[in-house]
Amino acid sequence: MKTLEANAAQKVESGRIVNDFSIEVATVNGSGSQSSNTVLMRSIFQMGIPVSGKNLFPSNIAGLPTWFTIRVNKDGYIARKKEIDILVAMNPQTAMEDVKNLKPGAVCISPQELNLTAVRSDVKHYPVPFTELAAKATENIKLRKLVTNMIYVGVVAELLDIDQAEIENAIRRQFKKKQSAADLNIKASDTGREWAKENIKKDDPYYVEKMNKTAGKIIIDGNAASALGCMFAGIQVAAWYPITPSSSLTESLIDYMKKYRVDKESGKATFNIVQAEDELAAIGMALGAGWAGARAMTSTSGPGISLMAEFAGYGYFTEIPVVIFDVQRVGPSTGMPTRTSQADLISAYYLSHGDTKHIVLLPGSVAECYQFAHDSFDLAERFQQPVFVLSDLDLGMNNWMSDPFEYPKTPMDRGKIMTAEMLEAGKEFARYKDVDGDGIPYRTLPGTNHPNAAYFTRGSGHNEKAGYTERPDDYVKLMDRLLKKLETAKKHIPQPIIDKNAKAKIGIIAFGSSDPAIGESRDQLKAANVETSYLRLRALPLTDDVKAFIESHERTYIVEQNRDGQLKDIIVSEYPELATKIRSIRHYDGLPLDARFVTDSIQSQEK
Amino acid sequence: MVASTPKPQSTNRIGLTLADYKGSPSTLCDGCGHDAITSQIIKAFYELGIEPHNVAKLSGIGCSSKTPAYFLNRAHGFNSTHGRMPSVATGVSLANKDLRLIGVSGDGDTASIGLGQFCHLVRRNVPMIYIVENNGVYGLTKGQFSATADLGSKLKTGVLNELPPIDLCGLAIELGCGFVARSFAGDPKQLVALLKAAASHKGTAVLDVISPCVTFNNHEGSTKSYKYAKEMETPLHELGYIPFFEQITVDYEPGTVTDIELHDGSHLRLKKTERNYDATNRALAVETIAKAAEEKQFLTGLLYIDEKKDNFTDLMHVVDTPIVNIPDSQLRPGKEVLDEVMKGLM
Repeated sequence: MKTLEANAAQKVESGRIVNDFSIEVATVNGSGSQSSNTVLMRSIFQMGIPVSGKNLFPSNIAGLPTWFTIRVNKDGYIARKKEIDILVAMNPQTAMEDVKNLKPGAVCISPQELNLTAVRSDVKHYPVPFTELAAKATENIKLRKLVTNMIYVGVVAELLDIDQAEIENAIRRQFKKKQSAADLNIKASDTGREWAKENIKKDDPYYVEKMNKTAGKIIIDGNAASALGCMFAGIQVAAWYPITPSSSLTESLIDYMKKYRVDKESGKATFNIVQAEDELAAIGMALGAGWAGARAMTSTSGPGISLMAEFAGYGYFTEIPVVIFDVQRVGPSTGMPTRTSQADLISAYYLSHGDTKHIVLLPGSVAECYQFAHDSFDLAERFQQPVFVLSDLDLGMNNWMSDPFEYPKTPMDRGKIMTAEMLEAGKEFARYKDVDGDGIPYRTLPGTNHPNAAYFTRGSGHNEKAGYTERPDDYVKLMDRLLKKLETAKKHIPQPIIDKNAKAKIGIIAFGSSDPAIGESRDQLKAANVETSYLRLRALPLTDDVKAFIESHERTYIVEQNRDGQLKDIIVSEYPELATKIRSIRHYDGLPLDARFVTDSIQSQEK
Repeated sequence: MVASTPKPQSTNRIGLTLADYKGSPSTLCDGCGHDAITSQIIKAFYELGIEPHNVAKLSGIGCSSKTPAYFLNRAHGFNSTHGRMPSVATGVSLANKDLRLIGVSGDGDTASIGLGQFCHLVRRNVPMIYIVENNGVYGLTKGQFSATADLGSKLKTGVLNELPPIDLCGLAIELGCGFVARSFAGDPKQLVALLKAAASHKGTAVLDVISPCVTFNNHEGSTKSYKYAKEMETPLHELGYIPFFEQITVDYEPGTVTDIELHDGSHLRLKKTERNYDATNRALAVETIAKAAEEKQFLTGLLYIDEKKDNFTDLMHVVDTPIVNIPDSQLRPGKEVLDEVMKGLM
């Protein structure tokens, strides 16, 4: 029973593995398989079974291989699972390797003509005459390639016993506005299903069965979630430059804003979103808008972050609110633009020349993408500085199941703004003076109608009244106040989520999209009698909770998706005395983190 | 002794004095062309009666970019990063379209490091006055050539410029700019008229002003020196500006003057010279600039004007209230919107 060894958690009862497996569909980029994969995932979700989908795609428009994996898991584990249980090998370019990578006992659905049966005898093969079936599904030769995708959906649906009604619902949903396309696709899936019913003698353990674990849940990608967060934060200006994997964040925002933020009477926008000429201009526009008093953001990925470095420092030093989304991808340089990573942590936190530390938010779910996008605008205006929101390709571009998002509970925090009325009432105004003792000065907005309102914003040395200075004491005072502001911010940023286990000698610290894999890994470790505590970091700067957590465990593993252990470095530089208690686990092959990797890494060090 | 009553201070149409338009003292070299331009900015804004608090003054980095500190102390200022003022100005305009924007840049800031952003600002037609204080050298870093230095121009050290200059006026016209002028810091009369006309223009108004650097580029062999510019300046026309709040009184002989009505109802009078230049002819403007470069002429005046072009604000189809003044209650959609979106995702 090699199958069981490979995945001990999978339970086989009377030859059936129910609601606990993964499907991988290998296709050619640009072949239109995305709709089919969404339908497959959606129909399982509609049956009440927890499900997650990950699109592994190339930096290419059409022609290169792409893989879509769906994980079905009754316990709600939604991290990537390394082992594939069911392969749909539609891509002749990769079919050989795809099949070779399967574990024994896995299922392989493939086009008959690829003759994969002989490649692996320890795999259950279901060869399907897709060409023939496509001809049956449509007479239009041009559409045959497309309908083939929905035929495999039908075959898989029959094999797994997915409700036909849910398949149809999912197809109708996918092709909302196009009745004829929906009809054609339903026919195609039927064709596949009927063929499978008559011709396949099922000889594998994988089944789905209705559950009630997804009622009231939503499916959304992190970028769309961030966009919603921006809209409900009352965003006013966005400037961006297209870059994978962040483009869909602003594109989703444009769609939502056009629908919900247009003045009903005039039909005109209550916002400005501009596609800039590059990232330098995108951050420049956002900063200009923030300076003028608007809630402004830009969204980008690693290469854009590099280009924004100068303005990020400017915004920090001159104290201008702006939100910067970094949907991380693999770097350095162009790197692997369609693969996921958490390697911008250090560059974002310290972005700029000179002494700089920014507020960085680290959402770990789509719900937090929404929540933190919202919070980031409050924080940026409260603390008058750039705020970074770091998600990643895995979180941003993949579909995740989530509880519905909550409506903001607090009014927008527009920060300390000195108005003409306050000035008229005799309030003293010095742009960079810490009057409240929290490091945060007051600002006036351009256009404020009072002779004392104006000040001069400069990236050069400035005193409390915003006048030019090169005096050593002025500079030190300013830099220390900026640090004080960051200290104040520690109380307002999202605090770590800590699951303290009294029996645990070891702790785990992780952040962002690593969360699902950590949760699953902790269960795996527990099953192997390794008790763990878990601190999920949700923002920088670090707070004392992190220190206390490390102190209270014999060893703490910092798990992150980069080569150099960037969070580990930040923690060690902040708390050097804790260095000996810290161990680093780094995953950086561009694929989302999986639980087994974490478990194995910890267990190998705990032996 | 009889106390003399102080002379009543003269004020402009909104009751402010010239002093209300001044800035901090300049820290540039004595005799710098930039200070002469600053004086004309103060004069133009004072005479137009523009509310200073409603102005945002922006700049990049360089000697020229320091000057916004020297005028309009009652206006918010933004001394940004090198070559990036256009993007900041665009952002300010997106947030608050009711602010009057004036940007001051230099030839290094605009023609080299900021060329890309300059092009896109002009392409978008962001409503603002964009002044290039053009002296052909980098002053703050002690006198290296800039990209507007003329071919054959000589540095103090004797180094010869062997690269052709970028003509910012020609470029602006190519990019569709609706207000392109060239002037000289030593010609205050023309400059102030152009500044006022630029303030009445609806989109981006580009003013390339030759502004000699007395320290690094005012010597024999320089084509951006006071002496050279004074000797060579050839105005395309005589300029007269009549603001919208004044009555047109001066008569003129038919055919000698072109009258252009500007966006805010002001008028620009272009009195013809023997050249008979038509500033509304784009092709002529391009040809004139090219020819002037070839023949080493220094032509000044309004090179091109198009008052009909939509500006960036028009193109954004936004509500009349400046985005920044929309109350918070209208910025955050109601709970029913979130519920609707969530339902659609279930």
